[in-house]
Amino acid sequence: MAMSQRAKKKKSLKLLADFYAILIYAIFYIPVVVMMVFSFNDQRNNYYWAGFTTKWYGELFNNHALTDSLWYSVVIAVLATLISVTIGTIGALGLKKFEFKGRRFVNQMLYIPIIVPEIVLAVAILVVFMTVGVRLGMGSILIGHCTFCIPYAVVTIKGRISGDDNSMEEASMDLGANRLQTFFRVTLPSIMPGVMSAAFLSFTLSIDDVVMSNMLAGAKQSTLPVLILSMSRSGVTPDANALTTLMILIIVIAMVLNNYVKSALKKRRKKEVNL
Amino acid sequence: MSDSIVSLQGVHKKFGKNTVVRDMNLDILEGEFLTLLGPSGCGKTTTLRMIAGFEETSAGSITVQGESVENKEPYQRDVNTVFQNYALFPHMTVFNNVAYGLTIRKVPKDEIASRVGAMIELVQLKGYESRKPDELSGGQKQRVAIARALINNPKVLLLDEPLGALDLKLRKQMQVELKRLQKRLGITFVYVTHDQEEALTMSDRIAVMREGVIEQLGTPTDIYDYPRTRFVAGFIGESNLFDGTVKGVEDGILQVKTEAGNLLVSGRNFEVGERLHISIRPEYVEFSKEPVEGFDVPGRVKDFIYMGTVVKTAVDLKNGQEIKYSRFEQDQTIRANDSIYLYWKPARAVAIKWGAIEEERYEEEK
Amino acid sequence: MKKKNRLPALAMAGPVSVWMILFVTIPMFFIIFISFMSRGIFGDVVYDPSMESYLTLLDSTYFNVISKSLKVAAFTTLACLGLGYPFAYYIAKRPKDQAAKYITLIMIPFWTNTLMRLNSWLLLFQTSGPVNNFLQNSGITDAPVRFVYTDELVALGMVTSMLPFAVLPMYSSIEKLNKSLLEASADLGADAKTTFQKITLPLTFPGIFSAIILVFIPSLGVYTVPDMLGGGKVLYIGNIIKNQFGMIRNWPLGAALSCLLIAITGLLIFLYTRFTSIEEMEVV
Repeated sequence: MAMSQRAKKKKSLKLLADFYAILIYAIFYIPVVVMMVFSFNDQRNNYYWAGFTTKWYGELFNNHALTDSLWYSVVIAVLATLISVTIGTIGALGLKKFEFKGRRFVNQMLYIPIIVPEIVLAVAILVVFMTVGVRLGMGSILIGHCTFCIPYAVVTIKGRISGDDNSMEEASMDLGANRLQTFFRVTLPSIMPGVMSAAFLSFTLSIDDVVMSNMLAGAKQSTLPVLILSMSRSGVTPDANALTTLMILIIVIAMVLNNYVKSALKKRRKKEVNL
Repeated sequence: MSDSIVSLQGVHKKFGKNTVVRDMNLDILEGEFLTLLGPSGCGKTTTLRMIAGFEETSAGSITVQGESVENKEPYQRDVNTVFQNYALFPHMTVFNNVAYGLTIRKVPKDEIASRVGAMIELVQLKGYESRKPDELSGGQKQRVAIARALINNPKVLLLDEPLGALDLKLRKQMQVELKRLQKRLGITFVYVTHDQEEALTMSDRIAVMREGVIEQLGTPTDIYDYPRTRFVAGFIGESNLFDGTVKGVEDGILQVKTEAGNLLVSGRNFEVGERLHISIRPEYVEFSKEPVEGFDVPGRVKDFIYMGTVVKTAVDLKNGQEIKYSRFEQDQTIRANDSIYLYWKPARAVAIKWGAIEEERYEEEK
Repeated sequence: MKKKNRLPALAMAGPVSVWMILFVTIPMFFIIFISFMSRGIFGDVVYDPSMESYLTLLDSTYFNVISKSLKVAAFTTLACLGLGYPFAYYIAKRPKDQAAKYITLIMIPFWTNTLMRLNSWLLLFQTSGPVNNFLQNSGITDAPVRFVYTDELVALGMVTSMLPFAVLPMYSSIEKLNKSLLEASADLGADAKTTFQKITLPLTFPGIFSAIILVFIPSLGVYTVPDMLGGGKVLYIGNIIKNQFGMIRNWPLGAALSCLLIAITGLLIFLYTRFTSIEEMEVV
């Protein structure tokens, strides 16, 4: 088929655009790849490439500073996710479905942790805690994390709630379900995808957080990101690269499995429908 | 006869493996109101978009005023479009929307003001100049869209289901207005719609499309009274359709045997033994309590449907087919479950060649 | 008339409201309050109203840090807009299901620890790192180039870590843009460039503004990037604030700097709400 001049011009433009997109993706992926490659580096401080080794994957479990802080981070992230998603889910429903005095105010407050630089919020909470006499530690970090996770959870879930009215809930109650039954059988399942992505977001925000964790940490234990930041002066050691590589692998495998199960279920449902 | 202003020759359009328009030849005449009519997916909008330049032809050529537009971008073509959902620029006022084409061409400010003013007056939107599109009703948006497309004095105005989003009453009103506007300006309108009533009301000529092919091109009366294919007969207006075989020919009248019984239809170029379709409009169907010469189509009255100005009577035939006839008033002598015999003037029925289009297409694909 | 049952509303909206008031509203007001107090000799806060902290900010040391931070944040924002807009446009023009995959592809790297990704730039650009090796081996330079702990590397780190926050809001506003508007513009005689200026750009402006807010404000307060890539030698507002609440202990000064950030944020948000509601902002 002969191509017109217009088609040719379009095609070369598209090629240019493809190239550009690949370039941007490269900017996003180069740091990840470099991070992974240097987890196999046989040099204690990763100052230069000294040959291939897998020893760090074994040795990282002997580095207690690293494993302790990882454990600390995971515990905080799990707790922060549970708290934020619970409060965020019912909060999103309450803010979307009920009219009450101060609703606008709360809605606006939610955007402060999202927009204001984290250091400002961290410092503000720290000052209040110090003045009131709250002891810093896991509890204070947890509160800090929840303070920015809850708004993200609310915003994510609110986007999934269809319509401002209660017609679905009313239909459920009309058919004889009480409020609690309605919540667990109708409302919650209908927003479940939003709740899941809120949970995922909360977990990743919490486990990656430096600023809040740094400001609100007690003297004893620091989270993994805070540890990495303090390591950076003398060079982050390859066992940290190994650990991070393992973490991203776990996340990606979990995502792939999740997608696989989802599409398998979908296929099965389709089959059932066809029968 | 006036000259053709837009001409499509052998135009073919594929989206991936799907052929959307096949081998289309169409001459659009200067100053006419031509409608591309068909169900969704028939390729009518794609045809319009190829003329406008939003889609490229896969094969064939399109000329506007005798000049090929193959290598012209949409903004270089002397045609303008009224979009399906108006596509008004939401961030601009009515005035700026209408003025857009002139602003682009760097027309002097005072000329823009006077031309836009005149155009806004033409579409009866005076006083709305400084409103934004979301402050307008559907009908008003429609008028802005038309004014905006007309401001460049296009040779051809392309309209893609422009009234689709309006309610019935407003649609009827806008049909009349559009037709008047077209006559007054003398611009060629190419109009896309799936609404056969709209097409019949407004058009000088209609091209009925199905699956990328023009099945029939003609005036509204032509198409209504003499559908050339079974599809056209069924799509335009309401039709009772029979499939049958020619048993005899006499003075241009065909004696046809169908599963519903024997009947007569006028038709030329048919031979004995040939398969054919017969189409008869509800308003032309007659009934009698006694059998009528040449006809043997017995039936049982099923029910009556009141449609406002007409009453339709549904009749079950012996082969299970249901046909309808319509009258302005209900005949009081007929009741449900009565046995009646149907007939018509043979000239009122249309004989349609068996699968003319289908066979053509089949040949082409081979 | 039966009184309306307020219990469900209270039970559902209550916890989030209380949390926000306790840990956002009160701390924010308190930090503003502190900024107008004085510093005691031992680094404590003396509840004695004064403007001293704000006046200190005008000192050349702090003023330079502030103006440098503003410059870097502005550069980061511009770079993210410039790089991100064509990219967002590219994705928005894909078919829906493909675009969703492309967006996920942007997100995946961000599940890796942020600091480790920043550290990768150090590994790449350090004195005996791959980039310097390449430059020397290919004869482009004789001696290693010093990239680490420079403002340029900090800028690179800022741009690469902020870019997605620019791409996502711009993507969703470009994606919302009705294709027929662009066709209408071309139909009326505008070429691609004019259509972009007159239609695309103004209509995607909310997305661009969201991107500005979501990149500029965090860049202004961030201290991890300068800490990692600037070696802690390059100080920005974020570092100064952090230090006032850590080793140096000058709460009112840190509070005043925080208030400066709050004021800049507030100003941008105010401008934003002039033409769209804040709840329209795409943040996730």
